Amino acid sequence: MVGQLSSFTFGHCFVIRHLSLVILTMAITVPRPRLNWRERLYLPAIVAGLAITFKHFKNMVLGRTKVTMQYPEQKWDSSLPDHYRGAPALVRDEDGRVRCVACQLCEFICPPRAIKIIPGEIPTADRFAKVEKYPEQFDIDMIRCIFCGMCEEVCPEQAIFLRKDYAITGFTRADMVHHKEKLLEIGGVMHGVVLKWNERK
Amino acid sequence: MGSFFIITSLLKIVGILAVILTMVSYAVYAERRVSAFIQDRLGPNRVGPAGLLQPIADMFKLLLKEDYTPRSVNTFYYWLAPCLAVMPAIITIAVVPFGSTLFGVPMVIADVNVGILFVFAIASLGVYGIVVGGWASNSKYPFLGGIRSSAQMLSYELSLGLAVIPVFLVVGNLRLTSVVRYQIDHGWFIAPFVGDWTDPWKWLLAIPMVISFLVFMIAIFAETNRLPFDLPEAEQELAGGYNIEYSSMKFALYFLGEYAAMITGSAVIVTLFFGGWHFPGIPDGSRGWIFGLINVAVFFAKVAVMIFVFMWVRWTLPRFRWDQLMRLGWLFFFEIALVNIFIVAGLMALLPK
Repeated sequence: MVGQLSSFTFGHCFVIRHLSLVILTMAITVPRPRLNWRERLYLPAIVAGLAITFKHFKNMVLGRTKVTMQYPEQKWDSSLPDHYRGAPALVRDEDGRVRCVACQLCEFICPPRAIKIIPGEIPTADRFAKVEKYPEQFDIDMIRCIFCGMCEEVCPEQAIFLRKDYAITGFTRADMVHHKEKLLEIGGVMHGVVLKWNERK
Repeated sequence: MGSFFIITSLLKIVGILAVILTMVSYAVYAERRVSAFIQDRLGPNRVGPAGLLQPIADMFKLLLKEDYTPRSVNTFYYWLAPCLAVMPAIITIAVVPFGSTLFGVPMVIADVNVGILFVFAIASLGVYGIVVGGWASNSKYPFLGGIRSSAQMLSYELSLGLAVIPVFLVVGNLRLTSVVRYQIDHGWFIAPFVGDWTDPWKWLLAIPMVISFLVFMIAIFAETNRLPFDLPEAEQELAGGYNIEYSSMKFALYFLGEYAAMITGSAVIVTLFFGGWHFPGIPDGSRGWIFGLINVAVFFAKVAVMIFVFMWVRWTLPRFRWDQLMRLGWLFFFEIALVNIFIVAGLMALLPK
């Protein structure tokens, strides 16, 4: 295969070099169109151009032209698709429990390393001692986040989701770090069975 | 008489300066809106209702910017050039009659008998602002812009002057107020239907007048560095041309000069070809001050329409190449204007007055 390929390029190399020589040595004359007197006068073309621009101006003044959305007043939030990748957020289940088990998979997968988790241990006396860990701190630096959705994809507990928030602003860098409370606030409640709460599993 | 004349003149000067400067700032706004509309955009519409306070915001921005003088410039000429660019454009308006009379005072600052010659003499000085600025900046792009500007002026000044000779052949007087007076009596030069439209001599005369008007308008485009001929500025080639090294208020002065020249050019065109402050059916200021005010308003409305034409052309046509501009100026418009003079002179000799 490699031999075939190299012989192929070798064989055509001569032709290509020959062609380029021809192109380099031969002056190319681009045929200029012969204009008749009306075209050479340019005035009809200029008038046609002015007519076109005036048509656009007139349509705009009369409000017939569709222009782009006026962003802060008009938003397309209602037409965002369900798979829209906005800000990542933590979710609670229907019983108000934080789904995250602080396994740190999202922290490890995150390409820009925006996520920082400090896990805490669930005491053995607790009803959910089987889960073992919970996120004591869960920070997502929204300056770093690239909205790739890999955290959502990798999460084994379906605890982190990309929601539809896209206008994330702040006055300082510290403002732009979403802490656990903020993440849970954005995330809201997600329904559906997750295996970790199942006593028999 | 003496003190009355001085006081009314000062009032007129202050008034016209205020109007021109306001028009300049709103011409910038209009330019942005018109260009946006032509390109199916909206343009500045955030500051104030429909963006009408945008010029004020722009002014504050320009005033508050750092006024930076590069080390390598020739400081004296560097400071002088923006003033040279603004002054001629504003001085020219002095001889243009912008209204009939108001309380018996003629609405023209200086009704000199060399009217149009004064306009040409002063308006041509505007090129010094660009050439001196381009040279004093001691930088390559401004220098090229300055050279282009001087060559452009040479090519177009001739046809600019020759194009209006037919008008003054017919009027027989260089005074701009008498041009307006003639057009009130005999109909506007390029609109013979104004007034007595049955006179075939007027319709015949309108043909060379339209040619004259077109050549004059194109020459004014070149004179004010507007787009089909904005070679000194040439944003795409020269990155802004003569004003690259300027910042803050000095840059704003250049901007002001460009738009003031455009307004003055429109005012001269309106005076020469569109009957100045005259509108059919509206009497002049001798019938009452309200008509005097209406006449002033009519004049500025006509100027506004001309300014729109300037913008419309700017956002339609691409820039001419360097050699194309010279060729147009020397080989076409010069000849057309020259032949046009002979046509009008022949018409005047053949036909009875």
